[in-house]
Amino acid sequence: MRIFDPHIHMTSRTTDDYEAMYAAGVRAVVEPSFWLGQPRTSPATFFDYFDSLLGWEPFRAAQYGIAHHCALALNPKEANDPRCRPVLDELPRYLVKDQVVAVGEIGYDSMTPAEDTALAAQLQLAADHDLPALVHTPHRDKAAGLRRTLDVVRESTLPPERVLVDHLNETTVKEAKDSGCWLGFSVYPDTKMDEERMVAILRAYGPEQVLVNSAADWGRSDPLKTRGVGDLMLAEGFTEDEVERVLWHNPVAFYGLSGRLNLDVGGTDATHEGNSILRGGA
Amino acid sequence: MTPLHPDTDSPTAGPLLTTPSALRARLAARLTDAARSWLDRALDEAAAHPGTHGPISVWELRLAEAGRRCGPEHADAARVLILHAARADTEAVTRVYRQGTGPERRAVLHALPHLVPGPDALPLVEDALRANDTGLVAAAVGPYAARHLDAHQWRHAVLKCLFTGVPVTAVADLARRARGDAELARMLGDYAAERTAAGRPVPEDLYRVLALTEAGSPPPPPGAADPHGKES
Ligand SMILES: [Zn+2]
Repeated sequence: MRIFDPHIHMTSRTTDDYEAMYAAGVRAVVEPSFWLGQPRTSPATFFDYFDSLLGWEPFRAAQYGIAHHCALALNPKEANDPRCRPVLDELPRYLVKDQVVAVGEIGYDSMTPAEDTALAAQLQLAADHDLPALVHTPHRDKAAGLRRTLDVVRESTLPPERVLVDHLNETTVKEAKDSGCWLGFSVYPDTKMDEERMVAILRAYGPEQVLVNSAADWGRSDPLKTRGVGDLMLAEGFTEDEVERVLWHNPVAFYGLSGRLNLDVGGTDATHEGNSILRGGA
Repeated sequence: MTPLHPDTDSPTAGPLLTTPSALRARLAARLTDAARSWLDRALDEAAAHPGTHGPISVWELRLAEAGRRCGPEHADAARVLILHAARADTEAVTRVYRQGTGPERRAVLHALPHLVPGPDALPLVEDALRANDTGLVAAAVGPYAARHLDAHQWRHAVLKCLFTGVPVTAVADLARRARGDAELARMLGDYAAERTAAGRPVPEDLYRVLALTEAGSPPPPPGAADPHGKES
């Protein structure tokens, strides 16, 4: 089983995780920038974080045979702190980097005016840099949060087919699907989705445009949840092709919209000739 | 013109020392038509508009996107050529390195011997030698380090290569700098003893370097790259 985890925070994980992920079939990940649990107080710490997502973390992933890309943004929670807001001004120089395949994760946390501004500004940055956007939906007041998120997406110049709305569940999937956005589901040990509910949603709505992620981070989470969903899909009668579509082809197609996806971990190796960069639609 | 020494892993850069024009010809022969015309334009732009313009200069943008335009396996060579075309000085290479991804930093290190005549860019080499990314460590021990690193830092750089598994063939001018270096020999001996005491194998490369530290070891063959060569 070939797996692309389209949303995982490897900075918070150990090399044991990388090893177990590889053994489970994970060959590619996208790490969106997010909140680190402890609030940051200056833009400089964001820049060190972004640099690590563009330097150390892809190196670490490559040691375990996993291709690492990232999505960069000012996350909604910290967009509320005026000390962090200058990050928005520096994002353009980061969004041109080769390994950046989306703007993200952006969206709402508490649905404040500052979050409105940051979300709209960063959707515009995505459009300006030919990048898709990873937009998460808030944990609290999720249905209202999704509606407001989709309104802001509609008002932006970024077309819905270049937007992935994440952390969806039974109550938000239909409206998200009707919007034309890509559909992301985070499978967690306790919160968000679990494997059984995920497979039920796949049965009801089909595998089209659906991406499944572990969103594993520093909290209680499990980087092997993607594999768990694949196993359960097979056990419940989905075909290998359908599993591969959800766990590999859909994330490749979505992040391939950036034209910057390079799934060849040995990309600088002399044995690898030719241009393996996917230019979208794959 | 000082030879360039780009990434030894790159098929277009190759382990051979080469001039920018030779590197460009070799790279052009391997690029797709689209990538070649992109590179030609990027190099023309860099030559026409070097220096700093606005929040980010055009040549710095081209440097950032070289991987997806030329293919990651050709990115090192393309970036070295762009830096050379833009005649990047110490200030520019420092900014580009500090704001760079891992691969961009690696390219800056490869380009240093060609761009910065004096030791002013040593802080970048020192930064890379503190890294655990072996790609950066390997790029840091090129001709620029051979020319400018002091003895203490250079010995630690060699030891770091042995620690992190960077082949010592990456260390420029190894034979000349190691010859007669009793302190390096002592450090290598201690490291070998530590490995042996732990029941771990001693890296093959350690004995190669140890042999080079003997005062009577033969000097590098004539015609080898001269790291003290004049700058372009
Ligand atoms: Zn997340």
